[in-house]
Amino acid sequence: MKRFLVAAGLLLLLSGCSSSTAWGWYVIDPSTERGRINLQFLISGFGNTILLSVIAAVMSMFLGLIVALPGLSDQRGWRWANRVYVEFIRAIPLLPMLFWVFYGLPVVLKSMGIKVSIDPFWGAIITLALADSAFTAEIYRAGIQSIARGQREAAQTIGLNRAQTMRYVILPQAIRRILPPLANQFIYIVKMSAFASVIGMQELTRRANELVVTEYRPLEIYTFLILEYLVLVLVISQAVRWLENRMRVDER
Amino acid sequence: MQQAAIELVGVNKWFDSFHVLKDIDLTVAPGEKIVVCGPSGSGKSTMVRCINRLERHQSGTIRIDGIELEGEGRNVRTALAEIGMVFQQFNLFPHLSVLENLMLGPLKVRGKSRAEAEQIARRYLDRVHIPEQADKYPGQLSGGQQQRVAIARSLCMEPRIMLFDEPTSALDPEMISEVLDVMVELAAEGMTMIVVTHEMGFARKVADRMIFMDRGEIVESNPPGPFFSAPESERCRAFLDRILQH
Repeated sequence: MKRFLVAAGLLLLLSGCSSSTAWGWYVIDPSTERGRINLQFLISGFGNTILLSVIAAVMSMFLGLIVALPGLSDQRGWRWANRVYVEFIRAIPLLPMLFWVFYGLPVVLKSMGIKVSIDPFWGAIITLALADSAFTAEIYRAGIQSIARGQREAAQTIGLNRAQTMRYVILPQAIRRILPPLANQFIYIVKMSAFASVIGMQELTRRANELVVTEYRPLEIYTFLILEYLVLVLVISQAVRWLENRMRVDER
Repeated sequence: MQQAAIELVGVNKWFDSFHVLKDIDLTVAPGEKIVVCGPSGSGKSTMVRCINRLERHQSGTIRIDGIELEGEGRNVRTALAEIGMVFQQFNLFPHLSVLENLMLGPLKVRGKSRAEAEQIARRYLDRVHIPEQADKYPGQLSGGQQQRVAIARSLCMEPRIMLFDEPTSALDPEMISEVLDVMVELAAEGMTMIVVTHEMGFARKVADRMIFMDRGEIVESNPPGPFFSAPESERCRAFLDRILQH
């Protein structure tokens, strides 16, 4: 029912658009040469958006685990380090962080004697991974802490050490609670990746911006851009739902 | 004199400012069965949990087979390996089958092969009378069956001492006896046992000694005969009256 409503709404919007004189869909009309070229230009942004998001998400998953572990420590100092990282990273808006990484970080590195230039691609990935890691770290921590204390105690009484308890008892149970929210987090990364356009990364949003400058049809082009993200996110959320269902089947 | 299996001397423990264990002295001989009872919050569970180090005591001495539980040395781990524990909430690993629950310790801690571990697991599953449940998952079993699996899981580590922390308190009444029966059999085989329970029928049958705890102290410690017929302290008498009146 819900899906039907959404589809009907979209259809109404699009059909209304095409008949209205205020809209100029010709810019991306696939029946014309110019429309085809423009469409191709816009759609070719998918590759980089997906690549950016996937690499950033994988990095964030590893970084998040490294950040989460001290948060689970008995020692106050480690837990404190985890809190500081999470609170600090979480407090920085993405755009300023992106500027800092892209324009500032090379200067910092240079002063430390490391000469690297950061291109828009890696600048965007580092920023996205960094910003997201605070959230993935919290997902890991919550997932691991949600496993009842009795599990740890039972593992201890049959002689498992800490690492074995984590590996054979806690993590296999926690992973079922961690994976769905982690996959959800991926949707945020995809949306956040639009910011990469401001440092010149050729992804979906950048392409749309550039086309708007030459064609001057912002309404149609940005509408199309939103639909592009919508399709991407719907595909991912469908995959997440499939994953969640599978996890539920496994839960006995 | 024979080496004590468990020895507590002047053990004290606080949870923040709350004094849970007050100067606990207790000596358990090898093969001895002790039943501990007392009102809730009296420190029974905490005492048992200190013996296998799920909780740390703050002063006094705890020795297992003469080895003092102090620091993190190898001998402390060897001593703890002698102790099995059964929890009120079973604490089976829900993501592993019954057989895998039992095999985990032998495989990862004792370094047995899969075949050996499975053999051990099946032997103890027989002992608790549910060999047919080997391939099920804990969530598919009744409470009584789960608790028997938990007992078998402890036994797979071949401990000389078994601690039971209210093993039947979370069970429906009709399942209590199947668990107690297994414990009675275990007792008959010479296992050293400390059992926290309010199942007084079981206590009369199995206990060599009854211990009554109240407000963090061992108030009374006697063989079941005199313990039930002529409790020495007023607190113990009042407690027994309350739990035995029906």
